[in-house]
Amino acid sequence: MSSQAVLESASTAPKRGADFGRLHLWGKLLWPALALAILLAIDGICIRGFFSVSIVQGRLTGTLVDIFRYGAPVMVLSVGMTFVLATGGVDLSVGAIMALAGAIAAKAAMPTSLNGMGISPGSGIAIALLVSVLAGMWNGMSVAWLGMQPIVATLVLMVAGRGIARLCIGAANVPLSGTIWTALHNPHLTLPMAPIIVLIVAVVAGLLTRVTSIGLFVEALGGNPVASRYAGVRVGLITFMVYVFCGLCAGIAGIISSADVMIANASSTGMYMELDAILAVVIGGTALTGGRFSLVGSLIGALLIQTLQTTLIYKVPIQQTLVIKAVVVLAVCLLQSAEFRRKSLAVCARLGLSRTRKAAAQVAS
Amino acid sequence: MKRLRLDQRHVPLAATLVVCVLLYVLTGLQYPSFFSPLVLADLFSDNARLDIAALGSTFVILSGGIDLSVASVMALATMFMATAVERFHLHPAIAIVLTLFVGCGVGYLNGALIHFFDLPPFLVTLATLFLARGCCFLISMSPVAAESPFFQSFGEAGLHLGTITLHLGTIVFAGVAIVCIYAAHLTRFGRTVYAMGGNEQAARLMGLAVGKTKVLVYVFGGLAAALAGIMAMANIPSGDPLNYLGQELDVIAAVVIGGTVLTGGVGYLAGTVLGVLILGIMQDFITFGNRDAAWTQITTGLLLFVFVAMQTVLGRWKPGQRQKLWTRRTSTQSIGITS
Repeated sequence: MSSQAVLESASTAPKRGADFGRLHLWGKLLWPALALAILLAIDGICIRGFFSVSIVQGRLTGTLVDIFRYGAPVMVLSVGMTFVLATGGVDLSVGAIMALAGAIAAKAAMPTSLNGMGISPGSGIAIALLVSVLAGMWNGMSVAWLGMQPIVATLVLMVAGRGIARLCIGAANVPLSGTIWTALHNPHLTLPMAPIIVLIVAVVAGLLTRVTSIGLFVEALGGNPVASRYAGVRVGLITFMVYVFCGLCAGIAGIISSADVMIANASSTGMYMELDAILAVVIGGTALTGGRFSLVGSLIGALLIQTLQTTLIYKVPIQQTLVIKAVVVLAVCLLQSAEFRRKSLAVCARLGLSRTRKAAAQVAS
Repeated sequence: MKRLRLDQRHVPLAATLVVCVLLYVLTGLQYPSFFSPLVLADLFSDNARLDIAALGSTFVILSGGIDLSVASVMALATMFMATAVERFHLHPAIAIVLTLFVGCGVGYLNGALIHFFDLPPFLVTLATLFLARGCCFLISMSPVAAESPFFQSFGEAGLHLGTITLHLGTIVFAGVAIVCIYAAHLTRFGRTVYAMGGNEQAARLMGLAVGKTKVLVYVFGGLAAALAGIMAMANIPSGDPLNYLGQELDVIAAVVIGGTVLTGGVGYLAGTVLGVLILGIMQDFITFGNRDAAWTQITTGLLLFVFVAMQTVLGRWKPGQRQKLWTRRTSTQSIGITS
């Protein structure tokens, strides 16, 4: 946050109180929500039956359900990433941690004859989550106590994590089996399992930020780390915990996306997922520089990315999807850039001005 | 005799050099054939691609930015080159010029968006990562083989010095390295890059052409990536849309291991060359010993960790003492105010 913004908010805060803050937050959510609404409207017009949801063989099916289901990994990642970005850091290693979690879970469940540990798939998943927490602790330790820049500190695991995953299960696909994996993949519930997990993670994170003072501390830390240390916030501990939580979220996302295809793979799981997650958070209105954050915004951002992906799969030849995704990313970034809004407004004003001048000249002649 | 004193600024570079030499000697002791000049020549020619791209990226990182689109631009360059020569039967020289223009174009897009609209480099180059990769797929979904005689001679070209051959890639890399080191340390452009990496606001207030330099830095990054892609075709004569997936990490890792700090303003181009060499020797060590390729990633990560930890500790060392004193004094002051 710039010093000017601090001054502004300080001068307006006592006058308008809490309402101002809420209004400000809604203003931030407006852009991503608007973008999502526009995209959904286009889909509704162009794709027949886009909004139809039906129950087939006791399971909820439909394009909207698919968006929630396949968007689940990025949504979980974006929850953890929101906190990291809010402290002014970044976690590049989440994609690698996803692959690592999948690989560890698969290796744990493999029989001992195949170099596995031969334990139940359920404890395998527990071990995988534990390892992701450890990975998060490694990141947190590097950033909080060794004082490395977050981008390099997490780059270490981004590079090495996939190597460790490959060391565990090799380069090939490892099929997953067991009741818990089938339950995660295709449960005997009306709702698919992945969105439920997202909901749980999001609610826990939301409660942590709103009921406890952790959210306040994270925002303070992102706004000005030195000032928050003087104010008595335990900066090191909060930074550490934020990365641990992000690691855990990445582990959960890894389990979800492995269960999605019922396969663990060291290189394809979570490939470029860290970029999608960061993008989702930034679209959701959390600045890369830290400070204010919005969990709801991040979830909307993740949904926007997944809706776009789904739309592209329906409507566009596969070779064009990446180009269109890039263009949309750039467009969203530009919309959020104050500089771009100012410049385009100036251009519009100049055009309008020249038109009125012309009209005035015509009238005069 | 003049006493040899090591400037604090040169410590990371010296450490990189020491590690590089140690790795070389250790690998040579383990596998005696490694010391042969043939292997050394191959070490340079195999890594010329990574080297050229990393040199371009070093400028970007020195200026305080980051370029994630390098690997995608490299892949795009191979695709563009292969289709231009094979499908449209353009003269190779024209194809090379066009490919370099494409690289500059992507770089300009990066620089312009970052400079004119004040967007974070991380996001912009992420978008162009997708964009360049997407353009590869637009050109062709499957690999394009480059079979014309030009590519054949392209792979074999070089200076023959007795038994060893200096490949074209090595020669181009050497040229690029000399130009880069000259540009970084002896021109106005280089000084501006260092200044804006150190403190952009201060550089602007000093009247340096920050905006122009920022755009130029990304254009140069794109140009270097495209050149790296072209040079890679000497080794692998084909254009593959899935080439170099995730290799932007190797480029950044090489730059960081070479002693350049990711926040900008501190680092040397020569360090980047050493960083790439370290990665190359490690790669050779792993392939010579027939080990799992996963070890390459793990050791790269570990090296990255060790070097950055060292830089952080060194960076904190001298100014850190001052900072500590300052912290203590202010904290006692604040206690004084509150009590």
